[in-house]
Amino acid sequence: MRPRRASRGPSAQVLVALWGAGLVLFNFPMLIVFDRDVTVLGLPLLPVALFGNWALLIGALAWALERGPARRRGSEPPPSNPVPPAPPGAP
Amino acid sequence: MIAPSLVIGASVGYLLVLFAVAAFGDARAARGRSLIGSSWIYALSLAVYCTAWTYFGSVGRAAASGVWFLPIYIGPTLAMLLGWIVVRKMIRIAQTYRITSIADFIASRYGKSPLLAALVTLITVIGIVPYIALQLKAVSAGYHLLTSGPDLVEGPQVGWWRDGVLFVSLALAAFTMMFGTRHLDSAERHEGMVAAVAFESVVKLVAFLAVGAFVTWGLFDGMGDIWARAQAFPELRGLLRLGGEEGATAFGFADWFALTVLAMLSVLLLPRQFQMMVVECVDERHLLRAAWVFPAYLLLINIFVLPIAIGGAVLFGPGRMDPETFVLSLPLAHGAPWLALFAYLGGLSAATGMLIVETVAIATMVCNDLVMPALLRRRGFGVRAQGDLTGLLLNIRRAAIVGVLILGYLYFRIAGDAYALVSIGLISFAAVAQFAPALLVGMYWRGGTRIGALGGLLGGFALWTYTLMLPSVAKCGWMPAGFVEYGPLGFGLLAPERLFGLVGLDSLTQSLFWSLLVNVTLYVGLSLWRRPDAREASQGLLFVEVFERAQPATGGAPVFWRGRARLEDLTALAARLLGPSRAKALFEEHARETGVGSVARLVPDARLVDRVERQIAGAVGSASARVMIASAVQEEPLAIDDVLEILEEASQLRGYARALEEKSTSLEQATAELRAANEQLKSLDHLKDDFVSSVTHELRTPLTSIRALSELMLDAPEMGAPERERFLRIVVSESERLSRLVNQVLDLARIESGHAEWRSAEVDMRALIESAVQTTSELFRERGAEVRLVLADDVPVIRADPDRLTQVMVNLLSNAAKFVPATCGRVDVALRRDGDGLVVEVRDNGPGVPPGDHERIFEKFRQGGDAQSRPSGTGLGLPISRQIIDHFGGRMWLEQGPDGDPCFAFRLPFATPGTP
Repeated sequence: MRPRRASRGPSAQVLVALWGAGLVLFNFPMLIVFDRDVTVLGLPLLPVALFGNWALLIGALAWALERGPARRRGSEPPPSNPVPPAPPGAP
Repeated sequence: MIAPSLVIGASVGYLLVLFAVAAFGDARAARGRSLIGSSWIYALSLAVYCTAWTYFGSVGRAAASGVWFLPIYIGPTLAMLLGWIVVRKMIRIAQTYRITSIADFIASRYGKSPLLAALVTLITVIGIVPYIALQLKAVSAGYHLLTSGPDLVEGPQVGWWRDGVLFVSLALAAFTMMFGTRHLDSAERHEGMVAAVAFESVVKLVAFLAVGAFVTWGLFDGMGDIWARAQAFPELRGLLRLGGEEGATAFGFADWFALTVLAMLSVLLLPRQFQMMVVECVDERHLLRAAWVFPAYLLLINIFVLPIAIGGAVLFGPGRMDPETFVLSLPLAHGAPWLALFAYLGGLSAATGMLIVETVAIATMVCNDLVMPALLRRRGFGVRAQGDLTGLLLNIRRAAIVGVLILGYLYFRIAGDAYALVSIGLISFAAVAQFAPALLVGMYWRGGTRIGALGGLLGGFALWTYTLMLPSVAKCGWMPAGFVEYGPLGFGLLAPERLFGLVGLDSLTQSLFWSLLVNVTLYVGLSLWRRPDAREASQGLLFVEVFERAQPATGGAPVFWRGRARLEDLTALAARLLGPSRAKALFEEHARETGVGSVARLVPDARLVDRVERQIAGAVGSASARVMIASAVQEEPLAIDDVLEILEEASQLRGYARALEEKSTSLEQATAELRAANEQLKSLDHLKDDFVSSVTHELRTPLTSIRALSELMLDAPEMGAPERERFLRIVVSESERLSRLVNQVLDLARIESGHAEWRSAEVDMRALIESAVQTTSELFRERGAEVRLVLADDVPVIRADPDRLTQVMVNLLSNAAKFVPATCGRVDVALRRDGDGLVVEVRDNGPGVPPGDHERIFEKFRQGGDAQSRPSGTGLGLPISRQIIDHFGGRMWLEQGPDGDPCFAFRLPFATPGTP
C-alpha cells in the first residue's frame, strides 16, 4: 500500500526538506546574516530578505505541489480545475 | 470625519451583501452545483486566519518593533509546507470517522472519551473568548475613529443599550445562526458560510492593498521614499534592524522562535482553522493548491504593513497617534474618507469572518461535548426516550452562538482597554497550542493514552492560566498587581511571569515554554505509565494508520465492536438524532451496499452498528454517539485481546481480498494472451490460404499455355515446321518458368522454416556486385539500358553466403532491367559504407511505385505495375531477397529518389549474425 500512496502525491521528502529550509531561513542564526545596515533599492535589507525568502519558499512549495504526479498520471479522476475567481488582487 | 449614519449604513449594507453571497452559496449547494468545489475558494476560506488583528494589530506591532509582526505569518507558511502530509491526514481521519470539531478529534482519538471532549471544549471557550473580544474591540475602535476623527482615539463609554458593538454582535449572531445552524448536517458542512468567508477574504485583501498603495504612492513616492524620510526620526532609524538600536544581541531569538512555533501550531489548532481546513474541506486534493496559495495570500496582505506603519509614524510623528489605527487614520487625515470607509469595511470583514466561523465551531463543540453529554445523563432524557432531537440540537447550537458572542462582548467591555490587540490574540494562540501534543503526536504515535492526554491538557492549561491568563487579569485591575510583580504571598520563585526564576524571556515565551513542557511531559509520561486499554488502542490504530486501514478497496476500516443489536433500536436511535428521512436513507443505502433487498432484512451486525454510530457522531459528536449506541445495544466489553483478534481477522480478510484480486488479474492476463494467440493463428491461417491460392494461380498460367499449345500442335499435324518450332520454344520457356516458380516456392519455404542451407565465406561486396552486373549485362543490353557503378573503396570484407547475396543482387538488377524505359534506360548501382554496415542501392529510371505500396511490394506474388503491363516474373524474387537480407541481420527497403526514381536498397551489418 505504501509505495502506491507515495506515488500519488508530491514527494513527502521534498516537503520535509523545504520545511527544514524554512526553519533555518527564518531563525537564529540565519537572521543575523541579513541584519546589516545596507539598503537594497533604497529599502533596508532585513525586511527585503525576509519577504524575499518567504516568496522563494512559497514558489518552491508551489512547484513541489503542482507538478505532483497526482495531476500528471490521471490514475484518479483529475481534480476539478476551474477558472479561479478573478477578483483584483487575489493571489 | 464621516457621519455615523454613513458608517452604519455601509456596515449594514456590507452585511447584507455577505448575506446574499451566503444565501447564493447555500442555494447552489442545494441544487447540487456547489460553489465551493474549487481549490481557490478553499484557499481563500483558509485566509479566515487573517482577522482584525492582522488588519490593525500588525501595523501597530510593526510601528513599535519592526519585523516582529512577521512570525505570526511565517509560522503558518511553515505549517503549510507540511500541509500535504499533516493536514491531509487530519482531513482523512475527520472525514472517515465523521469528526466535526477539534474536541471531537481529540476525544475520538483517545477512545471517544466524553471527559476529554468536555475538557478540550472548556479550554477552547476560555481561550478564545479574549480573541472574540479582540475582534469586537477592533470594530468598535474603527467606528469611533471614523466618526470622531483621528484626534480622538477612544470613544466615550456609553451605556450598553446605546453601544453599537453590542448590536454588531447580535447581528452577527443572527447571521451565524442563519448559515451555521440552518440544518443538521452529519458532515457539519456549511457551504454558504464558506462562500461568504471566501468573499470576505477577497474584500479584506483588496481593501488592505488599496490603503497600502494609497500610502506608498499617494502620500509618498514609493517605499524607498518612506524609508528615506524615516531617517529623519531617530526612533525609526533602528526599527528595521534586529533588536532595534541596541543591535542583534538585544534581539530575543527565543521569543522569535516561540512566536513562529506558536503560529505554526495555531494555524492547525484554532477552532476556525480546523473548521475551514478540515471540516469544510470538500476534496483533500484541493490542499495541493491551497497549501501554497494560502501562504501567498499571507505574504500579499503583509507587504504593505511596514510602509503603512513607518509612513504613518513619519506623517503623524512617532508616538503621536495609536499606530493600530493607521489603516484608517492615514486615509482619513489625508483627504480620502472613502478609502477610509473601504478600509473599515475590510477590517469589518476580517472581524466578521473570524467571528462567524469561530462561533460556529465553538457552538458545535459546546453542543456536542458539553451540553449533550449532560442531557444524556439526565433521567427522563435517556436514550430510550422518544422524539426527534434534531430541533433540540439546533437550538442548543443557536444558544451557544449567542452565548459565545455575548461572552466576548462582556470581555471586551470589562477588559478590552487594558491590552493591545496583538497581546490579546497571542493569549488565545497559547491556549490552543496546548492541543498540539494530544492531537498532532496522537496522529502519529499509537502509544498515546487517554490518561496521558488528560494529564497533558490539564497541566498545560493550568500553567497557561497561571502564567498568562492571571497576569492579564491582574493587569486589568481585578487582582492585586503585586501578585504578578513579587509572586503569590511574596514567593519570588512563583511569580507568574518569571516562574522558577526564568528571566530573559518575554511573558508569552516563558508561558509557552512552561506550559508545553509540562504538557508534553505529562502526556508522554502518563501514556508510558499505563498501557492503552482496548478502546484507546483500537482508536489509536484507526487514527495512526488511517491511510492503510480505511481503504474502501480492502473493506474499509476494521470494526472494533462485539455484541448484539436489534434493528428496531438502531433505526429508532438514528431517526431520533438524524431526523426520519436521513435515517431512512442511511439504512436504505446500507441495504443496497450489502446486497440485501430491503431494510427489513438487514442484519444488525458490527458493520451496521459502526455505520450508525459514525453517522450519529457527525450529529452529536463521537463521545455522545458512543454513549447512545452503548445504551441502545447490548455490547460485550472489548479486551485488548479482542482488538488483536479483530485486527487479525481484518488482515486475513484483506489478505484474501488481495489474493483474489491477484488471481483475477492473472486470469485476465491469461485470457488476453490467449485471445492474442488466437488472433495470430487466424491471420496465419488466412495467409496460408492466400499463399496457396496465389501459388496455384501462378502455376496455372504457364500450365494453361503449355497445354493449349500442345493440344494445338497435336490437333494440327499439318502445321509448318517454323510455327511448330516457335510453339515449342514457348512451351519450353513456360516450363522453365514453371520450374523456376516451383524452385522459388521451395526456396522460400526452406528459408522461412529455417531449413535453408547457408554457407559462410568471406565476401567482397565490390567483386560480388561487379560479377552480378556482368551476369545480367545481357538483359540490359537487350533493353538498351546503361548500368553505372559507384562503388566505395573502403568497404571491408564481410562474412556471408556469397551465392545468396548474388541471388539478391541478380534479382534486384533483373528487376530494374524489367522496368527501365525502352529507350535511354539507366540503372545506378551504388555501394557505400554506413557506420558499422554497408548499403547497396539499385536505382533505375523506370516508373516508380506509389508510396503506399512501398511495403506491399515485398509481399509474396505482389508485383509492381498493373496486371496488363507488368513484365513476366514470379512475384517471389523480392520476398526471397528480403528474407535473405533479414537472415544476415540486415534490412531491405524501397525508397523514392528526389526525382521520383525508385531505388531498392539494403543494408548489411559488418558483423552478421547469420555467420558462425
